[in-house]
Amino acid sequence: MRQPRPSRRLVVAGLLACLAGTAVAGWSQPVATSGGGGAQSAPRRIISLVPALTEMLFAIGAGPQVAAVSSYDTYPAEAATRPRVGALLDPDVERVLSLTPDLVAIYGSQSDLRRQLERAAIPVYEYRHAALPDILLTIRDLGRVTGHAAGAEAVAAGIERDLAAVRARVGTRAPLRTLLVFGREPNALRNIYASGGLGFLHDMLVAAGGVNVFADLKQQSVQATTELLLARAPDVILEVREGPAYSSAQVRQAVADWSRLASVPAVKNGRVHVVSGAGLVVPGPRVAGAVARLARALHPGAFTP
Amino acid sequence: MTTGVRRRMWTVLPLCAAGAVAAIVIAPTVGSTSISLTRAFDTSIPWADNVDAQIFFVARLPRVLAAAVVGATLAASGVVLQALLRNPLATPFTLGVSAGAALGAMIVIAAGLDVGALGVSTVPMASFAGSMGATAIVYWLARSQRRGLSTNVLLLAGVTLNAFFSALIMFVQYLADFTQSFRTLRWLMGDLDVGSYGPLVAAAPFVLLSFAVFAVLPRTLNLLTLGSDVAAARGVDVARAERLAFVSASLATGAAVSLAGPIGFIGIVVPHLVRLLVGADHRVVLPASAFFGAAFLIGCDLVSRTALAPLELPVGIVTAMIGGPFFLWQLVRHS
Repeated sequence: MRQPRPSRRLVVAGLLACLAGTAVAGWSQPVATSGGGGAQSAPRRIISLVPALTEMLFAIGAGPQVAAVSSYDTYPAEAATRPRVGALLDPDVERVLSLTPDLVAIYGSQSDLRRQLERAAIPVYEYRHAALPDILLTIRDLGRVTGHAAGAEAVAAGIERDLAAVRARVGTRAPLRTLLVFGREPNALRNIYASGGLGFLHDMLVAAGGVNVFADLKQQSVQATTELLLARAPDVILEVREGPAYSSAQVRQAVADWSRLASVPAVKNGRVHVVSGAGLVVPGPRVAGAVARLARALHPGAFTP
Repeated sequence: MTTGVRRRMWTVLPLCAAGAVAAIVIAPTVGSTSISLTRAFDTSIPWADNVDAQIFFVARLPRVLAAAVVGATLAASGVVLQALLRNPLATPFTLGVSAGAALGAMIVIAAGLDVGALGVSTVPMASFAGSMGATAIVYWLARSQRRGLSTNVLLLAGVTLNAFFSALIMFVQYLADFTQSFRTLRWLMGDLDVGSYGPLVAAAPFVLLSFAVFAVLPRTLNLLTLGSDVAAARGVDVARAERLAFVSASLATGAAVSLAGPIGFIGIVVPHLVRLLVGADHRVVLPASAFFGAAFLIGCDLVSRTALAPLELPVGIVTAMIGGPFFLWQLVRHS
């Protein structure tokens, strides 16, 4: 009977995966490459097991080299046409090997997979979600590794330009004490998960002209109790909902859920906003667009002519 | 015997009740933030501007009441099931009730079906439905054996169903995406931050109904622990009593789990601790366990709210970490 062991591993992996999936994990070492014997020429068959990296690869022009992607890749549309080889918890090593890749991009916690790939002498690109500047680092690094340095530079510079444009608009505004919620039980104020003072969601909030009410809690995600929400009294509540965009009825409902916390300034002053859609919490090339959307919700006045 | 029991009823029960009431009164004044009680009860300040009142009445009071209800329910259900199954290891979760509840909650969370109504999300509704489904299956299996309930079949069917549902839960979790797996995992750790009185009101009818049944059970439970033949010889309608005990305990557990998730250890630690302190008579043990369970969970939740403040330590972890060693210590001390 080897039942209990996988279940425990599943649980631990699930925890890690959650952090990865919500893209708020942050370690100090964002990127590390370990090569299989110093291959000099650009890889021609890349497999990406991390959606954020897949997006980067396609954005910098390495799309034609991408041979397979993870189960969770949906963007860009072209990525969805590639074979799928599992994901963070369940990489299909056999399929990965059978596709004869010359570079596999994996998440930092996939140490089993890394060992197997190293044994097969396949170069590995290891990555972990980290802070906002690390997205630009990773894009440029990927450009160098895949032979698309110019394309990567263009993408990274574009993101820098877009972020600077947002900063130019909101920089002069008084920063607002903001609660950034990225998950909770629908129709109830239970199991509220918000961004703590670490990770790229926190960075995005700051870039959008907000001050994180949980900036002092140095972790990526905080389960906020009712008491904590009342005590921190945010001026603005931003609910980020990754996935299909909310209908206006859904937005109204989500905002109405907060009315119970009447003393919170954001609730009192009608400053609970829902930002929904795809690509909001992916630490990839779309990050500047996501920051701009947060900024518009936070400082609508800065975006009206 | 009766005089001793009566004396204990008059000394132990008021003491336990006073302890539970004291816990309910004191716990809301303590928390991760310091609040001014005079401001909290000052009605001249408009509600929308009174942060202290909101922290007291919206964040803490419902939470303390939920802890009291869940603690009392799980402890009392533990007493009833241990007597019914004549097994000291029985807990409110032994008969598959919690696994059924968990499966219901998991399916709703993982399938993204969690829409809500009236301030109560579908997750507690589904978990309650799951616990009732599990109860129905176990009940039907145990009843089909012979005229009454077979406690052996009850126990075996419950344990098997637990294992079966646990496998289904893992399956659902495996298929769910990352954020949802974490939510389901967090649900299993227990959480009393109900955030409003809605969930309490929703659970109240079931809890009250079960406690009404618990109120008439103690004498029957005393006889049942001696064996069903002895009980039958003393004029107990064994089949009916077992049915009542099983259904009411399952109903209460289902309501408690839907309110706060499966909080372990209370259903086993509290009844045994109370028995060590006051003896085995269910007329004392059942109500004393309910009061003690309420106070115990309120205390554990207080630790959960303040130990890592402003962050929260899941209450299921606290009950296990406090309850486990304490129980073992008591066991060694009394043996």
